[in-house]
Amino acid sequence: MMNEVIAAILMVIGSLFCLVSAVGMLRLPDTLMRMHAATKAGTLGTGLIVVAVAIFTNELGTTLKAIAVIVFLLLTAPVAAHLIGRAAYHRGIHLFEKTWIDELGGTIETTGGDPDNRQSAPKKPR
Amino acid sequence: MIMETSAFIELTSRFTMAVLILSIVLAFGRMVLGPSSADRVVALDLISVLIVAFLAVFSVHEGNTSFLDVAIAYALVAYLGTVALARYLFRSKRNAGSKQSPENP
Repeated sequence: MMNEVIAAILMVIGSLFCLVSAVGMLRLPDTLMRMHAATKAGTLGTGLIVVAVAIFTNELGTTLKAIAVIVFLLLTAPVAAHLIGRAAYHRGIHLFEKTWIDELGGTIETTGGDPDNRQSAPKKPR
Repeated sequence: MIMETSAFIELTSRFTMAVLILSIVLAFGRMVLGPSSADRVVALDLISVLIVAFLAVFSVHEGNTSFLDVAIAYALVAYLGTVALARYLFRSKRNAGSKQSPENP
């Protein structure tokens, strides 16, 4: 009974983190900010839900499978986010207008993508 | 392994599945709206992560932990798909750049 209550609490918290990541995906103004929401909150919510499954079943094989899922998510989510972010920056995405530091600005040629979607001029940090 | 589930955990897993489906619908909205193709790839990545979470909750709801194997396999395939789409974005940038400025070989 106790592990059911703990698993239920973890499942609800994890699903709320997934909802936060989806809302951030829809509401944030920039591709890189959306990637921030999708990668961090989504991985945390899914990890909490998988931990809840492991606690609920309370069995060695299922716990090992859950650990495998979590380790795999933690290994692959940063790699995938890095690849997408690099490809998006090279394509020349439109940055948020309040972005005031852009350390790659000017060092990478961003002449791809849509002409109306090109990155603005790099701004100097104040 | 198949185990029986109580009413409490069934209600909680149904609530969790409803929230996850709402999240998938919101991320799908970004995939439809997304102004650039990088936004669509990011939304697809988030949708695949949410489907892994949904499969984990579904294994609790059905009381059958075989769905966790499905979640592992789906996470593998989704990672490969995301990497392939990112490389496609990176390469199509070079082709578009050479098409836009033909005087620069």
